[in-house]
Amino acid sequence: MDLTAVIRVALRALARNKMRTVLTMLGIIIGVGAVICTVAIGEGASNQVQEQIRSLGDNIVFVAAGSVNQGGVRMGSSATKTLTLADAKAIQQQIPMVSRLSPGVGARVQVVYGNQNWSTVVRGVSPEYLEIRRWPVESGSPLSQRDVDTAANVCLIGKTVVENLFGNEDPVGKTIRVQNLPFKIVGVMASKGQSPFGQDEDDALMMPFTTVQKKIAGIDWLQFIMASATSAETIGAAQQQIRGLLRERHRLRPDEDDDFIIRSPSDLANVQAQAGRIMTLLLASIASVSLLVGGIGIMNIMLVSVTERTREIGVRMAVGATEEDVQMQFLSEALVLSLLGGTVGVLVGVVGSMVVSSMLQWPTRIPPQAILIAVLFSAGVGIFFGYYPARKAARLDPIEALRYE
Amino acid sequence: MPEDLLQSQVETPSQREGALPIIQVENLHKTYDLGEVQVHALRGVSLTIHPGEFVAIMGASGSGKSTFMNLVGCLDRPSRGRYLLEGEDVSTLPKRALARIRNRRIGFVFQGFNLLARTSAVENVELPLIYSGLPHQERLERALESLEAVGLAGREGHHPSQLSGGQQQRVAIARALVNRPSIILADEPTGNLDSRTSVEIMEIFQRLNEERNMTILLVTHEQDIARFAKRVVQFRDGKVRRDEFVEEPADASQVLRTLPVIEEDEGEEGKA
Repeated sequence: MDLTAVIRVALRALARNKMRTVLTMLGIIIGVGAVICTVAIGEGASNQVQEQIRSLGDNIVFVAAGSVNQGGVRMGSSATKTLTLADAKAIQQQIPMVSRLSPGVGARVQVVYGNQNWSTVVRGVSPEYLEIRRWPVESGSPLSQRDVDTAANVCLIGKTVVENLFGNEDPVGKTIRVQNLPFKIVGVMASKGQSPFGQDEDDALMMPFTTVQKKIAGIDWLQFIMASATSAETIGAAQQQIRGLLRERHRLRPDEDDDFIIRSPSDLANVQAQAGRIMTLLLASIASVSLLVGGIGIMNIMLVSVTERTREIGVRMAVGATEEDVQMQFLSEALVLSLLGGTVGVLVGVVGSMVVSSMLQWPTRIPPQAILIAVLFSAGVGIFFGYYPARKAARLDPIEALRYE
Repeated sequence: MPEDLLQSQVETPSQREGALPIIQVENLHKTYDLGEVQVHALRGVSLTIHPGEFVAIMGASGSGKSTFMNLVGCLDRPSRGRYLLEGEDVSTLPKRALARIRNRRIGFVFQGFNLLARTSAVENVELPLIYSGLPHQERLERALESLEAVGLAGREGHHPSQLSGGQQQRVAIARALVNRPSIILADEPTGNLDSRTSVEIMEIFQRLNEERNMTILLVTHEQDIARFAKRVVQFRDGKVRRDEFVEEPADASQVLRTLPVIEEDEGEEGKA
């Protein structure tokens, strides 16, 4: 019995009971659809996390001034004055795994423009900061090295601050007052949205770090150094080397704690992405339970079908069908059923994830392997759950089968 | 055993010709083990049938005639004894080999027609050829040829539900013929048909027997039907009781002429 004949016979048998065929396939359709949907949503979410990791910046290694232990009293982070511009320069020069860095200081300030005022944070940085963060300037120009060298009264302004102080007015070239000092706005930063940790990144001003040190915070140390490792793989090593260098420079004894904190946000985000992936896997396996249920549905219907067609099986055997032929016939029926269901299920899943995407504003992405796996898996379900009924059909005694009423 | 003596005294015409028997069973036993009881369906049947014979197997229900037919049709294997089909011992062959023999060398016709529902006549007829692995085009040609042989040309697209009982049985005969088997086994082929249609079916069998020299074994309990055969074998209690030749079998086509034509669902063709 050749393959086309086998498939034709299977299709005909399924077409004979369209309603039943559709209902049986429904189990597989829902199963595959649900798996595709959850994978699409999960992939979309993890894609978003990846996107966020990228948006954080270029392989960031973040060094913050740390706690200091003064006679057993630990002062909390950013309490030390030991992180300096010299440290930043030393890191830049001595650690080849750091491609660039920006010294940083910050302060909370009240900003005034005309009759509007707004409380925000100011970040004192170097021109490299925006490069490391991959943060473009939308209009106007970025900070320059000259601004840093001269501690100029210039700033870049974030979108949220623009909204609150300027409304629809173009802020570039305008002057705002920060702690009663005038600052000229040279540029508006592109919107960055929320950080992975929920902060509004656009609610900030950027100034040369020298300006913030001297004119706003009145300090001569740094609060943080934003460094960029040469690649994602060197982040860990760069962290280690920075730590060693800073401990040495700060003359810390081996039994003393670090007086600084080194973090790599992309590490954190990677952990988050990993958690997301595990979640997706979990949801997909829950969804695949319905595939299993669908498979049992196939088995059930195939058993009914075998009983109903006992006489047909008898006739087929009488005219020369071997056990293998009969088994093949019913197995292929189950396979066609599940493959058809799987294919429709993929379509349902694709459409479903599109609907989720547009109605709930969730990003979705369907990896092509997921479709392939879903189809193969449904075929597997068909073969697994079709085997027993097919075996039962093949084992029928032709004489009994012919006599069956 | 006087019966055995009687049996051995019977001589068939083909035996007289000395041709190779097509079916030769020797001391065939079939016992069904139903747990506590053992049912002896056949208790030593010996029978020789030569090519071109038309044998009616008769007997009451429980006489063993159905069991005998199942064994001859290779649907079952004997508990004891030998069955030579065209000289080859098939009594101990594995199931797969038996399926092949049923496919190539035996054509079945059943009382209940046993056509596949919602399947056209031509597709019903080509069924055995599917299992012989013939390509589609050849299957179709041979199925149409076979339908023509039973007078159903032009009906190949009809489904069983669109055909009369007689026509359905003719489709079944076409299916039995399509693989050009050595023997046709018909199990009460006229049991579900009215008398005129029964004679029509017998006419087809007689024609196949005469024109194609096909060997036909026909199980029936009606004397009316058995009279068309050339030889009548009587079964009783799992044994052959009588084995006789009909000197002048009735000619179905002649009988048909004496029967009034009944207007039935075949009218469709008649009116056209």
